[in-house]
Amino acid sequence: MRVLVQRTSGFQEFEVPREPSQTVLDVVTYIQRRLDPTLAYRYACRVGMCGSCAMTVNGVPRWTCRTHVDRVLKDDALSVGPLKNLPVIRDLVTDMRDFFDKWARAGGQFKGGRTKQDDFAKVSPQSEERTLVDAGIECIGCGVCYAACDVVAWNPDYLGPAALNRAWTLTKDVRDKAKMERLRAVAGDAGCHSCHTHMSCTERCPKQLSPTAGIAGLKREVTKAVLRGEL
Amino acid sequence: MLWIAQRATAAVLAICVAVHLATIIYAVQGGLSAAEILSRTRGSGGWLAFYLAFVAAVSVHAPIGLRAIFIEWLGWRGRSRDLALLAFSLIIFWMGARAALGVFA
Repeated sequence: MRVLVQRTSGFQEFEVPREPSQTVLDVVTYIQRRLDPTLAYRYACRVGMCGSCAMTVNGVPRWTCRTHVDRVLKDDALSVGPLKNLPVIRDLVTDMRDFFDKWARAGGQFKGGRTKQDDFAKVSPQSEERTLVDAGIECIGCGVCYAACDVVAWNPDYLGPAALNRAWTLTKDVRDKAKMERLRAVAGDAGCHSCHTHMSCTERCPKQLSPTAGIAGLKREVTKAVLRGEL
Repeated sequence: MLWIAQRATAAVLAICVAVHLATIIYAVQGGLSAAEILSRTRGSGGWLAFYLAFVAAVSVHAPIGLRAIFIEWLGWRGRSRDLALLAFSLIIFWMGARAALGVFA
């Protein structure tokens, strides 16, 4: 197959042999090991747990380790590039600093109110809050939703789906004590109200999460807080 | 607050636009002249209040949407943008209110 790789120096084409059950990560690894050792890319676990191998495959952000070539090959050709909406360090490697700094800016840290002297918090898995948290908590921070988001592309200050999804799961965490502080952080032009509900994040999330639902939840929480005069 | 204002006016507009379109379709059946329209609409306080509310909702709703477009497409922020939006809001309110008063007052 022909593989078009978007490198820092420009596009470069490689010829890679097809293998059964081959993933896009296998293809990139083949290029780096056999054809051009200067190709920079990033991966760690190879099994969809770490989220470090996300790249743009045929124009779509994906985990390369969990993307079979069979599913994405078109006319015996494939294109691979770095994730969009993030600065490129080299070739297929992006700088994730902005992405994670935005988690912090969205109030992504858990702030509990208990000490080690207190008993464990008892949270029923069936409670409404915990059910909502469960729906969003499996994010591994791969950046696929962030690369898929049009609003991030248009408004570089926008916190993005992953950071807002994190803020949402903490908003629904009954043990957390920083709710108003967090709602203040996610309201405004950089926050949840800038989301246009395009749902690209939800469409692309490899974990089938719905950051869009979380963002809509944040909009509701902020509205309620404003109407109650708390924000 | 802006988001809440836009959502609230969107709810008002959903009703206003539906009533507006339904009235047009109903009223023009069989053809109408400008004089006939005015003879029916003049002095109708209820319709005047309806259309003034319609115009007020538009002049709140549209500039907030335009604000997002300015940020995302032009990167226009700050005081100059807010003043431009305020001017836009006042202009559409003035034009709309003038039209409503002309037809219904």
